[in-house]
Amino acid sequence: MDYVIEMLNITKEFPGIIANDDITLQIKKGEIHALLGENGAGKSTLMSVLFGLYKAEKGIIKVNGEVAKIHNPNDANALGIGMVHQHFKLVHNFTVLENVVLGVETVNRGVLTMNAAREKIMSISKQYGLFIEPDALISDITVGMQQRVEILKMLYRENNILIFDEPTAVLTPQEIDELMGIMKSLAAEGKSIIFITHKLNEIKQVADRVTVLRKGRFIATVNVASTSKEEMSEMMVGRKVLFEVQKSDANPQEVILEVKDMVVKSKHHHKNAVNKISFKVRKGEILCIAGIEGNGQSELVYALTGLTPIDSGNLIYKGKDITSTTIRYRSAHGISHIPEDRHKFGLVLDYNLAENLVLQTYFLPEYQKSGLLKFGNIYKHADKLIKQFDIRSGEGAYSKTRSMSGGNQQKAIVAREIDKDPDILIAVQPTRGLDVGAIEYIHKKLIEERDSGKAVILVSLELSEVMNVSDRILVIYEGEIVGQADPKHVSQQELGLFMSGSKREVVE
Amino acid sequence: MSKNTEKVKTSFLKAFFQGKGFQSFSASSIAILIGFVFGFIILVASNPFNATEGFMTILTGGLIYSGYIGIGQMLYLATPIILTGLSIGFAFKTGLFNIGSSGQFIVGAFAAVYIGLKWTFLPVEILWIVALIGAAVAGGLWALIPGFLKAYRNVNEVIASIMMNYIGMYLVNYLVVQTIFDSKKNQSMTPLLASIPKAGLDKIFTGSSVNFGIIIAIAMAVVIYIILQKTTFGYELKACGFNRSAAQYAGINDKMGIMLSMVIAGALSGLGGGLLYLAGSGKHIEVVDVLAAEGFSGISVALLGLSNPIGIIFSGLFIAYITMGGFYMQLSKYVPEIISIMTAVIIYLSAFSLVFKDRVAGFIKKRMEGKKV
Repeated sequence: MDYVIEMLNITKEFPGIIANDDITLQIKKGEIHALLGENGAGKSTLMSVLFGLYKAEKGIIKVNGEVAKIHNPNDANALGIGMVHQHFKLVHNFTVLENVVLGVETVNRGVLTMNAAREKIMSISKQYGLFIEPDALISDITVGMQQRVEILKMLYRENNILIFDEPTAVLTPQEIDELMGIMKSLAAEGKSIIFITHKLNEIKQVADRVTVLRKGRFIATVNVASTSKEEMSEMMVGRKVLFEVQKSDANPQEVILEVKDMVVKSKHHHKNAVNKISFKVRKGEILCIAGIEGNGQSELVYALTGLTPIDSGNLIYKGKDITSTTIRYRSAHGISHIPEDRHKFGLVLDYNLAENLVLQTYFLPEYQKSGLLKFGNIYKHADKLIKQFDIRSGEGAYSKTRSMSGGNQQKAIVAREIDKDPDILIAVQPTRGLDVGAIEYIHKKLIEERDSGKAVILVSLELSEVMNVSDRILVIYEGEIVGQADPKHVSQQELGLFMSGSKREVVE
Repeated sequence: MSKNTEKVKTSFLKAFFQGKGFQSFSASSIAILIGFVFGFIILVASNPFNATEGFMTILTGGLIYSGYIGIGQMLYLATPIILTGLSIGFAFKTGLFNIGSSGQFIVGAFAAVYIGLKWTFLPVEILWIVALIGAAVAGGLWALIPGFLKAYRNVNEVIASIMMNYIGMYLVNYLVVQTIFDSKKNQSMTPLLASIPKAGLDKIFTGSSVNFGIIIAIAMAVVIYIILQKTTFGYELKACGFNRSAAQYAGINDKMGIMLSMVIAGALSGLGGGLLYLAGSGKHIEVVDVLAAEGFSGISVALLGLSNPIGIIFSGLFIAYITMGGFYMQLSKYVPEIISIMTAVIIYLSAFSLVFKDRVAGFIKKRMEGKKV
């Protein structure tokens, strides 16, 4: 067998957790090899070991059959290993061209010579169908384009082993299709690709073989063609997973929140980010705000939760006008918010889990007395939620949230927001970047909330989530509600037309 | 039974060695040790014959040459830098870098001396207290300006407070000349009536300048410790510092939090200025174009104490001790410049304690695991 990369019996530990426990990964030339696992399964750690960012305690790495010592990314590069990180490593005020050559610039007597580089980049770009604008600034191009620049960087360095770390998390459906095409053509040219993901559809679509990790352990390497999605997810999660969300019909009751002609001005341009939006939310229903990213969803949620003021219009909550109330008033009166950016808003990453679980309730008599925090109660509360919501971490309630995996961070936020026993739960992309097990869990919790008579507003970009979870769909486009749909009677194509602005109907 | 007690014992030992306190303490100690090694090299380079003697002087100087006076002087010197150290350490913990301690310090000093000289209508028993409160208020207000700019205009507090250092220095020079000037000596007049009481400390450390100020400094450290670790107020301030957006999300008034953090930091520095210039030790505000050094020593104190208020008490005492030992090194025929370089090197390297903290943790973990195997 000739493998281009072999990682044999790799073990890597962090305080309180074994991230990789005796893992073996073998990649053939010209294959697309998926690395599948839940958040925190050890995929990123394993790749960081391969890329020289971490040093494994045990195990060896062979490149083309020879044992290789990789101490830093430069060593990896010299061996032809390149990586597209989940968060791109681009200089935003440089052009595409400058970013590609950064680090391997061609120089003539100390002066940059870009012409040769430009030619090479354009020919690579043509060869693989990676069309780019070489002189555009990174800050001006779309996320999908930025990813192409990252791919070009690897090809420009003549890397033969390309690592893609969850490349589709940031892309639109069309961009994902394009990326899949690019990956296939790269593999056809003899490049070997390691594709880190937890999306089974994408694996089915492009990968030849898949290696599954679970909780830091190697589970199996199998051929994709002969393995069903259900089998893969069972290997990944360790139990059977339901792909269809199971829920009974909604039983909507009285209106709990009414938005009247809400306008929020944009901070970036002259148009209104939210333009005269009106809608009602009832108890016992999941109302979904669907739309393509950047069409005013964030601003709408900020306005609902009080993070930004409303420029005009009204918010009526339980019959009371709360338009000008504070964030704390709303949070204390039963409006819970699972924010879209869990690192920016949802957690104080330097606080431990227990401290984060009382982020909006630390001032209640339960947790403080005349200004002194009652740590006994705070940790008891944390232990209760950890148990109830199965939040996993290295050191329990004392774990710094920064050290926790994304899925468990999200679980912590969901636990905190649901435990507040809200009347209305605003969940913004609550499953972004999560694996099937966690997604299933969070969907179940949202439906439980609905069934116990709470109102849920779900803001989502994922059409499958929109279709499966919600009871009623409002489509937002350029800050306006352009359509209303019943998920039982609407097709994804029709929703797509609303979302792209090509169809519009008057919504009461 | 015995097996159980053994288990308890080892787990206690383990908890002790793996505890954060022990790790921080050993990290600071290692940093100090390396500082000493480099300091010694400097002495050897400058004058090899007296190097050993000089080095012993800096290690033991304060105590050998002057005994109780030495300890008293150490406490006296430590008082202001414990406060500036607390000021900077507190700001660090709430996510701010208060490099403006120097300006807040001198503004506080002026307020204290001014009140001590001009508000003599107050009874003598409370004059010094009012003067110190004035110092804290002045320092706090001085820090409010960068705090306000940061909160409402997102101006980096480092830039703003560096500027405030110079404005503070020149403003105080101007005000001293205008109001409380002793023109013969080119410095402020002596606020005799407002001297801080000795509180019996002069009986123990006869001949030194130590006074009730050191007690105030230690008390402030304890107060800051409690605020940061135990109160909802500290929880809010730290949340603003660590992640402003999350603090907003949690319904905390982030603008108010940032301003209050700066005001408290400034008040501590200002109080430090008041405590130094009301010590009755013959220290006066000199009208010169030099920023108050205590504000910058505070950075070393805070770093060496790893921003922990209790750690800052000890790091303040240590740096005072080294400073004093350096003073006595002149007896070993070292010029003051070399002594300053030497003490600076020790302090400078001491500030590297953060670098060692993770190493210590890793080392202990390895040892513990070795034992298990």
